[in-house]
Amino acid sequence: MKVKLRNPDRQVDLPGGRPIREVLDELGIDGDTVLVIRDGELVTRHEQVGDDDELEVRPVISGGSR
Amino acid sequence: MRCKRCRGPAVVEVRRHNAAFCKECFPGVFTEQVRKAIRRFEMFGRDDRVLVAVSGGKDSLALWDVLLDLGYDATGLYLGLGIGEYSDRSHDATEAFARERGAELRVVDLADEYGYDIPTAGREGSRSTCAVCGLSKRYAFNAAALDGDFDVIATGHNLDDEAATLLGNTLRWNTDFIARQSPLLPGRDGFVKKVKPLHRLSELETAAFAFLRGIDYVVEECPLVAGNTQLRYKEAMNAIEATSPGTKAQFFLGYLDRGMPLFAQDDVVLRPCESCGHPTTGRFCAFCRARAQVLDRRLEGPGIEEVPDEDRDVARSLSDEVMPVEIYGRTT
Ligand code: SF4
Ligand SMILES: [Zn+2]
Ligand SMILES: [Zn+2]
Repeated sequence: MKVKLRNPDRQVDLPGGRPIREVLDELGIDGDTVLVIRDGELVTRHEQVGDDDELEVRPVISGGSR
Repeated sequence: MRCKRCRGPAVVEVRRHNAAFCKECFPGVFTEQVRKAIRRFEMFGRDDRVLVAVSGGKDSLALWDVLLDLGYDATGLYLGLGIGEYSDRSHDATEAFARERGAELRVVDLADEYGYDIPTAGREGSRSTCAVCGLSKRYAFNAAALDGDFDVIATGHNLDDEAATLLGNTLRWNTDFIARQSPLLPGRDGFVKKVKPLHRLSELETAAFAFLRGIDYVVEECPLVAGNTQLRYKEAMNAIEATSPGTKAQFFLGYLDRGMPLFAQDDVVLRPCESCGHPTTGRFCAFCRARAQVLDRRLEGPGIEEVPDEDRDVARSLSDEVMPVEIYGRTT
């Protein structure tokens, strides 16, 4: 399974066949701070991912005083 | 997970409400929260001309989208900060959104209008880059709103932004900033009214809304954000939120209900800045002093005054980037 990470943009390969929550845990990412997008659709962390899926993990935190 | 409204497949989970929503229902739920905020604080009405400060990021474009959808008279204002390709992409994103929605966008370029860009200000000034950036934005938005005869300025600050700012101000007991951290700051001689209609919505929710509405916002971060204090406060709050969902909302929304009334607002006397005419408490406003320093100029008034040294020290020691100086021209 391909996982695209942002800021900076990079890609990692991880095994699928488990809930997204576990993938995020492995990456050390807090699920409340990212959108997870699978094949162009938003998914919750409870969703299962397969080996052939492509995920984008997109951070939602923005910094600075705006 | 199932949608709380229609039992369809959920795509967004809002843990603090123990709820989840599908892609059809969530935009409506989000919009309802914005309406609630506008109504509760009487932010603006149908006849008001609203100037929306848009950066090209998820929050400001989501806000503009909702206001247009609700039928408000909402014009966008993009301020060019001159931060390389990041600014170019941000500008493009706001232009594209405006075109697609047939909305009016105004563009002000900091360098054209005031003679410096943010990277220069960060290098030359005594304040941190984000502090001088925030000061410049507040000043330029207010100036543009006065210039265009707008009734109110709306910004995309979300619940996470407000909670992090409140945490920073509380850790330092900046009581006068705490007193004024309201989602509505009334207008006052030379200051246009300011509102934050997204203050009840988390960063995750604004991002999900923007995504589901097909808004092509800029995901990349400003390259100058490193070391930003507010970001550290956000991370600290997120760590607490992860084990106790709802803490952030209790902290900020609880403050609005029960905390804010306990902090008295001091009634500062304002007079026109001798350089630019904007209201301030001293001779020159904070913006003019910061600008003079960046451009290495002396401030010209009826008398000549140099940038006072204590400004630099205060800015350094307090790291005022977490303080919303937006209120009534704080000048120290
Ligand atoms: S991160 Fe700092 S410098 Fe960059 S836009 Fe935000 S406030 Fe300005
Ligand atoms: Zn639904
Ligand atoms: Zn001034």
